Amino acid sequence: MYDVVAHPIDVAAVTAAVADAATGATVIFIGTTRDHNEGRRVTRLEYEAYPEMALAEMRKIGAAARQRWPITRIAIVHRVGVVPTGEASVVIAVSAGHRRAAFEACQFAIDRLKEIVPIWKKEHFEGGAVWIGSQTGTAFDAPPAKPAR
Amino acid sequence: MIVRLRFFASLRERLRCSEAEWTLPERATVSDLWNALCAAYPQLVTLGPAISFAVNREYVDRDHRLAHNDEVALIPPVSGGTHVRRRRTPD
Repeated sequence: MYDVVAHPIDVAAVTAAVADAATGATVIFIGTTRDHNEGRRVTRLEYEAYPEMALAEMRKIGAAARQRWPITRIAIVHRVGVVPTGEASVVIAVSAGHRRAAFEACQFAIDRLKEIVPIWKKEHFEGGAVWIGSQTGTAFDAPPAKPAR
Repeated sequence: MIVRLRFFASLRERLRCSEAEWTLPERATVSDLWNALCAAYPQLVTLGPAISFAVNREYVDRDHRLAHNDEVALIPPVSGGTHVRRRRTPD
């Protein structure tokens, strides 16, 4: 199961998607939105995806995990739109015959997701908002330029 | 040739535009496209090093040659805060 959804993630459904009587371990990672970051009180987080490519990259991550670990099934679901603090923005479930493979593959999947899957996070806090991952470098966090067209 | 551009997140907001078409000379590369965009929109210039590119939903290098009707996405750093280009480092 690979999905980008605009509603709350059903963790039980993601878990069920990797269920298999042949497995001895299921590892579930739930990424939730923090109510604070870098000393700021976060009021809400907003995610935006390039959905077609995000799904393709998620499938690649699943395939890469299968190549490297003897896992049985993997599911990756990311939420987009406004996600209130405390709710899940991403859920990854991995089942395997033994726990070590499930743990390692799950960690690999979330690390790779954050590196390559084209999904962006905008943090709204008291007094402003910023695209996370974009604030390093130079002008990403500068006020918006004049309309381009 | 004409390519279809897609902008996301901080770039979409900066340009106030999520999709556009752009005319380029035949055999133009991603780098040629970027230079043309920067000439038209100087506010993009400083963002150059941080942006990755995808053509038809696959990451590409800047010397990738474009073809008519390609979908070119300009990809700002993704939400993990890690630079997308790290994908090219060996695991």
